[in-house]
Amino acid sequence: MKLISTANQTHNREPRMSQSFLELSLVSMAFKTRQGLFQALSGVNLRVEKGEFVSLIGHSGCGKSTLLNIIAGLYRCTAGGVLLEGREVDQPGPDRAVVFQNHSLLPWLTAYENIELAVKKTSQGKRSKAQIREWVLHNLKLVQMEHAMNKRPEELSGGMKQRVGIARALAMEPKVLLMDEPFGALDALTRARLQDELLRIVANTGSTVVMVTHDVDEAVLLSDRVVMMTNGPAATIGEILDVKLARPRDRLALATDARYLAARKAVLEFLYQKQLKAA
Amino acid sequence: MTTTASLAAAPKDTEPARKDEIVTELGAVAAAATSTPAVKVSAAAAMPPAPTARRRAAWLDTLSDYAAKILPPVITVALLLGIWELASSQAGAALPPPSKVIADTKDLILDPFFNNGGNDVGMAWQLAASLERVLYGYSIAVVVGISLGVLVGQFAIAMRGLDPVFQVLRTVPPLAWLPIALAGFRDGNPSAIFVIFITAVWPIIINTSIGIRNIPNDYRNVARVVRLNGVEYFLKIMLPAAAPYIFSGLRIGVGLSWLAIVAAEMLIGGVGVGFFIWDAWNSSRISDIVLALFYVGLVGFALDRIVSWIGRWVARGTSVS
Repeated sequence: MKLISTANQTHNREPRMSQSFLELSLVSMAFKTRQGLFQALSGVNLRVEKGEFVSLIGHSGCGKSTLLNIIAGLYRCTAGGVLLEGREVDQPGPDRAVVFQNHSLLPWLTAYENIELAVKKTSQGKRSKAQIREWVLHNLKLVQMEHAMNKRPEELSGGMKQRVGIARALAMEPKVLLMDEPFGALDALTRARLQDELLRIVANTGSTVVMVTHDVDEAVLLSDRVVMMTNGPAATIGEILDVKLARPRDRLALATDARYLAARKAVLEFLYQKQLKAA
Repeated sequence: MTTTASLAAAPKDTEPARKDEIVTELGAVAAAATSTPAVKVSAAAAMPPAPTARRRAAWLDTLSDYAAKILPPVITVALLLGIWELASSQAGAALPPPSKVIADTKDLILDPFFNNGGNDVGMAWQLAASLERVLYGYSIAVVVGISLGVLVGQFAIAMRGLDPVFQVLRTVPPLAWLPIALAGFRDGNPSAIFVIFITAVWPIIINTSIGIRNIPNDYRNVARVVRLNGVEYFLKIMLPAAAPYIFSGLRIGVGLSWLAIVAAEMLIGGVGVGFFIWDAWNSSRISDIVLALFYVGLVGFALDRIVSWIGRWVARGTSVS
């Protein structure tokens, strides 16, 4: 079985006629620095289909977060472009809700109010007051945080904060859910629990997800495809791995699954042989 | 007074320390009056974790807790009064001892609300007149200061244009503004209010702008993803995020206002605690001066506390967790 296909092959995998749900073409990004232009990303091509879970993995500094921010519209790429359902992405918006690495909850609002802020703004003219409340509660329930809805972020543990962050993003009903190392700041046990919950939530909502991670197991466990990025400067997509594991996925069963281990090994080889970075 | 840091330099990680610094400098008067650090130290010393403490009744514990907090300042004040009494009771002493101050000012203390017309009114009216001026001047300073602070904090171009002006003007001593204010307004009262305004506005501007510039990028990104408009961003993100900084500026401002009003009133005359002091000096009523100083201190302390309480209430939960 062929697990690895190169980036070029991926492009031709599907007929070009049909447009992809999310399409990145020749995305490049250069930052102005004191030493002149720094080419962070160069010629990134990626197509993501509706309902797909894609993770971006690479060594730190490879520009994977930059790429995510470009999809989010928080950065404008210096060349190339991003299309979501055929429309160009040129500014941030709730259709590409972001789960930030450090949760980014507003500390002066409760868990409920943090989500409400997003829901109110995205439901203007769509939902009544009662419906807004219902939708916020629904999303709190989705991440099992309704018990702490009136707590401020400072009263919540790291994992709970990130749950609320995920709920806030989901509550915006995004076309693509963008996650920037969402579990990076959590301890291993909490991380595993949240990964399982994310699997469950995504299975229920059918969300399209692009997630940045540097955790190989996380990438393989959660993703349909793992996009491996080369080291910067001028980073681009090195390889793309199709993870052909059936869902729902079970962490324990996969621990000894040969296909899981092979996928894991493929990512590790990419990171630690082909793209080994001098520490 | 150069209590406030420059607009330009505000490294994030040193921020909490710097804020404390500002507050401490501002409230030098107030802080000295409360002598909080001293109290804390002695309180800690007075309550060693003695094993016998557990066996004592709970109310006794509470009582000793209170005693440990109240006793040190009481003792300090008693000691100072004692030294003052001794020193001023010597033959040829220029200043009256506390006992004489109280005897001399008994009428003023007992009836703070008399009104014989003109400047001959009770201490409560004198203080009220000063407070009214501070209220007007300070209110204008709050509105103008926060607005300009937001402008300078949010827009680099505004900062580049205005910061040099602010940095120069804020070093001008309050009273130096009085003659030019008198020339402009041709009246004492608005001039005094202007002096209060111009004294209080700088720390408010500078702290607000630092607060705005220190809003974490994450909050801006959240606002952008949710697509808050300008007004919503201002009300829901900017003000709450910068509230701790804004209130430390407001606290410095109110302290400076009260410092400036007494001096300004000495020059403009009329009803007000500043002119009361000046008048008492001209009539050699030294005891009245001492009483007035005592009241000025108490009011200044109260103003500082009030703004600090409001700030703590408004900014509750804004600390980044």
